[in-house]
Amino acid sequence: MKMIMLPILQTVLQGIFPSGDNLIGWIFQVVFLGIFVVFMFYGQRFQMMIMVREVEGSLFKLKFMRDEARKASINNIKEIGKIEGDPTPQIDRFLEYFNIAPVDLDPSGVIWRLEHMLDVRDVRFKDDVKLMAPKADDTQINNLENMLEAALALNVIYRVIRHYYLLGRKTLSLYVIMQLQMILPLIMREAEAYALAQKAFMLGQPIGDGAGALVAAKLMQGYEKTKVEKDMVLAEVPIEGRSAYVLKAEGPGGNVGKPGEAIRQVIEQNEGKISLAILIDAGLKLEGEKTGEVAEGVGVAIGGPEVDKYKVEEAALKNKVPVNAIIIREDIGDAVSPMRKEIVDAIDGVIDRVKRVILERTKPGDTVIIAGIGNTIGIGQ
Amino acid sequence: MNQTVPQTRRVSPIMFAMIMIALLLALVAIYWGFNEYLYGDPSTASFYLSIGIAILAVSTYMMYQTRKRMIKLLSVEIQPLSSTVQCAKCGFKNIREFKQGDFVFKETEEMCPKDNQKMTISAIYREVKDKEKAKEMSF
Repeated sequence: MKMIMLPILQTVLQGIFPSGDNLIGWIFQVVFLGIFVVFMFYGQRFQMMIMVREVEGSLFKLKFMRDEARKASINNIKEIGKIEGDPTPQIDRFLEYFNIAPVDLDPSGVIWRLEHMLDVRDVRFKDDVKLMAPKADDTQINNLENMLEAALALNVIYRVIRHYYLLGRKTLSLYVIMQLQMILPLIMREAEAYALAQKAFMLGQPIGDGAGALVAAKLMQGYEKTKVEKDMVLAEVPIEGRSAYVLKAEGPGGNVGKPGEAIRQVIEQNEGKISLAILIDAGLKLEGEKTGEVAEGVGVAIGGPEVDKYKVEEAALKNKVPVNAIIIREDIGDAVSPMRKEIVDAIDGVIDRVKRVILERTKPGDTVIIAGIGNTIGIGQ
Repeated sequence: MNQTVPQTRRVSPIMFAMIMIALLLALVAIYWGFNEYLYGDPSTASFYLSIGIAILAVSTYMMYQTRKRMIKLLSVEIQPLSSTVQCAKCGFKNIREFKQGDFVFKETEEMCPKDNQKMTISAIYREVKDKEKAKEMSF
């Protein structure tokens, strides 16, 4: 070993510190100086090229996911809708839809304008899906709509990232590329979650966001259910000597309903005589926290565009109804991908907490509202 | 939908050319090394051989990594889903693979082997590997 290593070491040392006519040494020296000069002037350019390559890789993956989602949507609509023609142009049109948010320069009444816009969007999406798949039933229509919305989200992500990537290349701006490269890991996580969500929506599988709906569904098992506005179901359930109005979106199709409107109606129908409202929803966890962990708090636990949250806050304030929240912690990936076992295992613990909160904060004979918030895909009632 | 990013991304041609040149140089260095070892100076032979083997190893590794990266880029892992079918009367549980059309609280056609009652789906879930769970709880 020593016999081999010594001559190598000698040659390398001679290369770095050349003397006389050591040609290899001089080549090493010139190359070293050349690299030093090139990096002095073009170092930032090299750094940018590496970043561009990284962004390009992610963009390629985003494109792959977008194309797969589009292809899967076309196949699924053909299969479920049992149509003769090709739905591709309609699907491509759907994937390019956009929403223009209402004016918030004058915030007065913005919630109602936003609600109107969301209603129009919802009706338009449903009508378009019905046209694409005329033979699909209501549950399938809801699932197809959710599936197309996931494909739409992937298309939007891809287009925005492509825009900044091309802009960065066009302007050769290190800062545009750098910002994109820094935020990409988070965007990729979200995009992967949407890709998984799309598959879940196609097959009608429950997703993590449906944790609240699952709690409500378990509570209303065996009791009579009535439909309430809009796309919600209600059951009157006796719990610990109190009367509870249990609410959830109507399943098993992909649906979030309008829990804010339903809660407001229940409060008004009872002339404000509600002792407590408990809202159960999936809540975003911080890194390091356990998926399926349950936490309690106060306030309206409803995500999304905040129209429903506003309605519950308004009704609760008007009638002095205390609003409590229970959340089941999960990350964004778990919220839109098929439900994890940890979340299913947490459901009984949430029901125990609901009962404890009711016992602690109300008296026998009181009326309470329990609302399970979230997308109820794959969850019946 | 405009298509500005190529439909299929292969290994970059420049990268491929660089790896190929490196491989060629490595083979030449190894050849020279053997030549020197047989007919010339053994210390020069060991120099050429070590340089040749090192470049060969690095370029093979780079080629393998590029391929591995491409496979990783195109894969979104789908975990299998399970449905728990339960008898409402006796609580007998059967866990099976998820079937299209399953939903929680659906009354299935499967019968309870104990009391011959129709069973209901009580849960649908996916199980995450322990390795991934450990990553989540590293602190």
